Amino acid sequence: MSQVREYVERRELLTNLVLRELRSRYKRSTLGWTWSLLNPLSSVLIYWAVFGVFLEVDPPVGDPSGQDNFVLFLLCALIPWNFFSNGVMQSIESLVVNAGLIRKVYFPRELLVASTVGGLLVTFLIELGVVIVILLAAGNMVLPWIPVILVLVALQTVMVVGIGLLLSAANVYFRDVRHFITLIMPVLFYSTPIVYPITTVPETWRIAGRSIPLRDIYGFNPLVRLVTAYRDAMYSLRMPAWDTLAYIAVWAIGLLLLGQWVFNRLDRRLAEEV
Amino acid sequence: MSAAITVDHVTKRYRLYHERNQSVKAAIMRGRRARYDEFLALDDVSFEIREGIAFGLIGENGSGKSTMLKCMARILRTDAGSITTRGKLSALLELGAGFHPELSGRENVYLNGAILGLSRREIDQRFDAIVDFSGIEQFIDAPVKNYSSGMYVRLGFAVAINVDPEILLIDEVLAVGDQEFQNKCTDKIASMRREGRTIVVVSHALPSVRALCDEVALLEHGHLIRTGPAEDVIDHYLTEILSIDPAELGIPRRATGEIHLDGVEIIGADGRPRPEPTIGDAVTLRFHFTARERVVEPVFGMSFTSSDGVLVTGCNTMTSGIRMVVEPGPGHLDLEIPRLLVAPGRYHITGTVYDREHTTPIHEVGDLHAFHVAEGTLRTSGITSLGGTWRADA
Repeated sequence: MSQVREYVERRELLTNLVLRELRSRYKRSTLGWTWSLLNPLSSVLIYWAVFGVFLEVDPPVGDPSGQDNFVLFLLCALIPWNFFSNGVMQSIESLVVNAGLIRKVYFPRELLVASTVGGLLVTFLIELGVVIVILLAAGNMVLPWIPVILVLVALQTVMVVGIGLLLSAANVYFRDVRHFITLIMPVLFYSTPIVYPITTVPETWRIAGRSIPLRDIYGFNPLVRLVTAYRDAMYSLRMPAWDTLAYIAVWAIGLLLLGQWVFNRLDRRLAEEV
Repeated sequence: MSAAITVDHVTKRYRLYHERNQSVKAAIMRGRRARYDEFLALDDVSFEIREGIAFGLIGENGSGKSTMLKCMARILRTDAGSITTRGKLSALLELGAGFHPELSGRENVYLNGAILGLSRREIDQRFDAIVDFSGIEQFIDAPVKNYSSGMYVRLGFAVAINVDPEILLIDEVLAVGDQEFQNKCTDKIASMRREGRTIVVVSHALPSVRALCDEVALLEHGHLIRTGPAEDVIDHYLTEILSIDPAELGIPRRATGEIHLDGVEIIGADGRPRPEPTIGDAVTLRFHFTARERVVEPVFGMSFTSSDGVLVTGCNTMTSGIRMVVEPGPGHLDLEIPRLLVAPGRYHITGTVYDREHTTPIHEVGDLHAFHVAEGTLRTSGITSLGGTWRADA
């Protein structure tokens, strides 16, 4: 409880740290903030060329939107994925990068993780805005679904902060954490239906005469549910299933509590170890 | 007076790693993360810092004094015991910690202020004072990576000092910047002290600790050796531990105490007490003292300091050629002032008595008396008046 109060008291610091992230991110680059849109644009082009054109992945027809454009199908999942991936990778480094600050000033160190994620959240929201404009131009009336999208963004942010707290503190003690997560990220990317529809994952898999319910196992991954929910709201224009939302919420809050708990334990020697 | 900081049986251990490895593989191979020895930086240390005093932490390198300061600042957590602080705390451990090189001075003031716990509105209010104190108005919108190290430190100090803390922790940062800026810092700290704030200093510079601090704690290898009045502890440290004659370092020896200054009485031209004189008045400052034994030719001295820490004037009986013998018992000494030509405001009187060579103090009181000079017919700006009269018919 006291932790929550401290967060509220230091919310201005959080704002300032987020501003620092945003202001310093594209300092001295000519294109500046355009980069934050060029990066996802380039990945969209690559995945569209490889999966949409060469491999001819057929996007499912949105129900009830009737949409069947691969690029839109891709965008609705890739932009949230980028927020997840950048959020986790950058918050892992957030304590080590700010070692000078941690050694010399006292403030709640969680704010370094929160502000890193906060800075990326701002970029994510801008990108989502652009995606919504593109969807509207393509005839997807996504406006009524914006509240649902914002709920998903909030749950995802909580999830990323939780993972960030957990891994950033661990990374101070074991610098391998970052390398390990760099290794894990592509695995997570391809085990989430971003560049392919979930229907391409076989329902069951037969190994040595036994049948393994592959699709169900696959569905345990909260990112699968998260991406599916984003796609429901933005691509297909339908309400995500309630159990999907509840599943995401349980994961998000669980990860936040776990992250905070681990962070509190590792915070004790942070200034010495960092 | 209550305690501003209570240090209660504090123990702090550091881990000294034999092989500093931070890899999971090594940890799994060995079944634990790394081998390390524990090093006791602080071992069951307890003391109290009273509210409103200047407190020094001294000791050799590795004595644990900086660790203690970091524990007070909550940067490090203690392994046992507790530190309780009362009031808003600001630590000057590294000036400009948290400045982002690519951001401008202005943006960094807001960022650093927020890190030190100020709200946006509070920084708005103090922004001009901060820039003014740092003296870098012209460069405030330039990125701080283009600042000289002096400018960087000035801005850092200006932000930290304007946090308006009730407790200020300082770690030898004052040994930076040019002489002028150092004086500015010293003055600012002196004025914060007069405002009744608590100041904790870690320093190797014993003369400045002696001049600034009321009380001192001496640490050695993590143990508290002694705590008490600054002069006693520093004297003990020098003579017992370092075996140095304090005079060699230019540190006045411990006051010998044959004469005790009791107070100052301000007397008007009519011979009656005049506790609040008016500018331009003829007054007599009567220094009351009590002598324990007969003292031959002691040197009495006094100085005026304005409420913002500016030394207005000082004088002593030696430069005036007064030679006197003080007999045991109470006595007094008068300083006659024909016209009190200091600007209206509040002043502090420092009183000193030294031996006949003016090397060993007999008694020194930093704040022997405080009084107020009232506004009168004589008008002036600044800190003093020439007492002159304008004539137009010349």
